[in-house]
Amino acid sequence: MFRFLFGRLGLLIPTFFGVTLVAFSFIRLLPGDPLDLLAGERGISPERKAQLLAQMGFDKPLWRQYIDYVAGIFQGDLGTSFASKKPVLDEFMTLFPATAELALCAIILAVCLGIPAGIFAAVKRGSIADQAVMGTALIGYSMPIFWWGLLLIILFSGILQWTPVSGRISLLYFFPQPTGFMLIDSLLSGEKGAFLSAVRHLILPSIVLATIPLAVIARQTRSAMLEVLGEDYVRTARAKGLPPSSVIGLHALRNALIPVVTTIGLQVGVLLAGAILTETIFSWPGIGKWLVDSISRRDYFVVQGGLLLIAGIIMLVNLIVDVLYGLINPRIRYN
Amino acid sequence: MTNTSPVTKADKARLEAESRNATKAQLYEFWYYFSQNKGAVVGLIVFSLLVLMAVFAPLVAPHNPDIQYRDSFLVPPVWEEGGKAAFLLGTDAVGRDMLSRLIFGARFSLFIGVVVVSIALVGGVVLGLIAGYVRGTVDTFIMRIMDIILAFPSLLLALVLVAILGPGLINAMIAIALVLQPHFVRLTRAAVMSERSRDYVIAAKVAGAGHFRLMFKTILPNCVAPLIVQATLSFSNAILDAAALGFLGMGAQPPTPEWGTMLAEAREFILRAWWVVTFPGLAILITVLAINLVGDGLRDALDPKLKRS
Repeated sequence: MFRFLFGRLGLLIPTFFGVTLVAFSFIRLLPGDPLDLLAGERGISPERKAQLLAQMGFDKPLWRQYIDYVAGIFQGDLGTSFASKKPVLDEFMTLFPATAELALCAIILAVCLGIPAGIFAAVKRGSIADQAVMGTALIGYSMPIFWWGLLLIILFSGILQWTPVSGRISLLYFFPQPTGFMLIDSLLSGEKGAFLSAVRHLILPSIVLATIPLAVIARQTRSAMLEVLGEDYVRTARAKGLPPSSVIGLHALRNALIPVVTTIGLQVGVLLAGAILTETIFSWPGIGKWLVDSISRRDYFVVQGGLLLIAGIIMLVNLIVDVLYGLINPRIRYN
Repeated sequence: MTNTSPVTKADKARLEAESRNATKAQLYEFWYYFSQNKGAVVGLIVFSLLVLMAVFAPLVAPHNPDIQYRDSFLVPPVWEEGGKAAFLLGTDAVGRDMLSRLIFGARFSLFIGVVVVSIALVGGVVLGLIAGYVRGTVDTFIMRIMDIILAFPSLLLALVLVAILGPGLINAMIAIALVLQPHFVRLTRAAVMSERSRDYVIAAKVAGAGHFRLMFKTILPNCVAPLIVQATLSFSNAILDAAALGFLGMGAQPPTPEWGTMLAEAREFILRAWWVVTFPGLAILITVLAINLVGDGLRDALDPKLKRS
């Protein structure tokens, strides 16, 4: 098991350095240098520019800049935002809980609906119910989620007026946020109605972000179940007279879930990409919106830092999924 | 010994005829399994209609997509109160006919799909073939680079690439192709690795085939099935990603009638004029859905494992 774990970690190290190289090159590949962007229309005197470039280390040779950059990463220094003058890592840490809360709600929604839908479709294979569930899943899988979000806003916020259009909580509430997770903080604050307001703000973005993972999980669960339901041990379980619920729930589902777990792990990238769109539509103050805003206001140190941190999260989650997969399925470990 | 040559010639003709028949039989078999999936057939019909609509857009569209009718801002669709028969699906905020813009938009979406998939497919297949065939350091190098690309969410990487290259449709397509490429590399590499030790490859090698021939003529044709399915999926992903980039203002720029860009322009009218928001998105959904239906059908028809179940 340790060999397996170290093997996976060993694969991750070159990828990590590759990712740092991408983030490092990003700023240097942009047209114009960062100071011109910072100075904007007013321009900047050549002496002052040289001084600032030296201060930021841009006058050193490239390899030296890269080494300094990587050394900085290990000390938690990801640069400073032009716009807010705050360290990028601090900004990320402040905004990340908002995205994490949204992504967690979305994935919980996707798993809780997707797995039962997939099982149901597999058990009723070929029926109208199966076709309806899988047809819906394919529509979800094909959905341009930015449009889906707008449609839900038109219906639930515009016509029915059930949910708010944007933000994480109503402006009426103001309380300290020790965890950054609005659902928890609003409960802790004890303010009346705060929790309900947080929930109402969270519903539409979660549905939008959950749409594609939900469809993927439902499709994957169905095909994994179909494969397992044809196996000999399931036939044996049926033949010895076990009730269908325990054949499906105990014998089939446990084995079918293995590929599904991997699929769920792979959704992290989908969720973070989806967060970029979902947060933009719902003005959700998370890292997705932060990155899009930073790209459009050319705050490139933020984009560089954000790229690195997001890739780091995805790599970490993939590693955890890999290891979990190895734990569940010994065949993978020894290959 | 002298009479072997005519026999060989006859044999050759017979073999050629057999191979033609085999290809025909394979096509029949493929169509049989594909047409079993009713959804796939519907998808194919819708997709064909979209292609026809895109090709003949100037003939089909009732108006020029860029002309602004100054007396008709935000006219609702014809069946709504205040709708005009001249504008079946209404007009947008500057008085352009929605239907015509949607029809011309099909050109952009399908063009994006074709270009992106072509770049990603060719690049991915070449890299995957090299990685799987040569192995060793080259393989490790190529695969690590692909791992790096896959470590980023595709839309984020595309956004960042567009920030470097500058916003616009062509740059968006390059960025999306680059992001989709690793899937083709991985698939090709896996297929090549399973094929390269097969008897027919070794036979070709013994017969003196060079590396180039072995890679492209002997091995590649036997790895095509998963690539076709992946190409279909990438086609729909490319359309979705390009529309998302357009929506975020980093793809096609206004006044291009690209569906994602149209949605971005329509956003501020979301609670006033539902049609400017609804139709472009519906167009994206229908196109992507049709392609995904075809993709599912192709997978069913090409995957022998599923055929038997």
